[in-house]
Amino acid sequence: MSFRAAVITFPGSNCDRDMAVALERAAGTPPLRVWHADAALPDRLDFIALPGGFSYGDYLRSGAMAANSPVMRAVAKQAERGVPVLGVCNGFQVLTEAGLLPGALLRNAKQNFVCRDVQLKVENTQSLFTAGYDKDAAITIPVAHHDGNYFANEETLDRIEGDGRVAFRYLDATNGSQRDIAGVLNAAGNVLGMMPHPERAVDTATGGTDGAILFESAVKSLADA
Amino acid sequence: MLVRIHVTLKPGVLDPQGRAVHHSLEGLGFDGVEDVRVGRLIELDLADGTSDETIDQMCRKLLANMVIENYRIEKLDRKAEAA
Repeated sequence: MSFRAAVITFPGSNCDRDMAVALERAAGTPPLRVWHADAALPDRLDFIALPGGFSYGDYLRSGAMAANSPVMRAVAKQAERGVPVLGVCNGFQVLTEAGLLPGALLRNAKQNFVCRDVQLKVENTQSLFTAGYDKDAAITIPVAHHDGNYFANEETLDRIEGDGRVAFRYLDATNGSQRDIAGVLNAAGNVLGMMPHPERAVDTATGGTDGAILFESAVKSLADA
Repeated sequence: MLVRIHVTLKPGVLDPQGRAVHHSLEGLGFDGVEDVRVGRLIELDLADGTSDETIDQMCRKLLANMVIENYRIEKLDRKAEAA
């Protein structure tokens, strides 16, 4: 079965190629590439990826302008229908700004750009993105962001924790995120936003393969469906 | 008509930028600075008669992120501004 994925490029995206490579390695076929101004997405998508970068120069707020671009209306519709949507880094910011995930990403607590490998704890292994990980496993995934400080009010935090929607948590205080949250799922479990970059951890030549498991999990979930 | 939108982080939301500015002011020897919050000022030049509701919608849909920010709308008298 072929895995029909799409990677969306906004003006200022810079991890779209890495995302495409990671998806192709897991799926065996290259993903379709979609430009932000496209009002329609390709038919019959199995997976939509919003890559990292600095969409619209991060003007106003990170992800705010991209969240209101034509293609995001189509992404929201597909997400509603249950199509898996992964947003990494700027893609995570876009998903929160679009209201597809709760919370918001603030400037890092120490005002610094954090760019290094971090250790994450896998909190949820029930989702299509995380099924291939061992529960509570510590994995190594790189981060590179300035606005990765996850914020939501206490009520929202309690709700997402209670529903098992925290996918990944930082093992060290990376950016000041509330409860060290690094990745969040939507209520239906088909939308994941995370600040760390799994697409940069799919090859031993560039620092490990812990990220590859995420893409392999998504491909396998479709094959099993 | 000229409208200024003042966007600020909600009380309780950590403002690292404000904290850094606060620290710098103290470093310059200014005592008695209790707190600093850094916000954003957006000036809109709107067609006369633009409704308050429309301006509100602009703020809620794009200019402010209601999860973390508050906004305040200030309407300016263009003639007074020019003077």
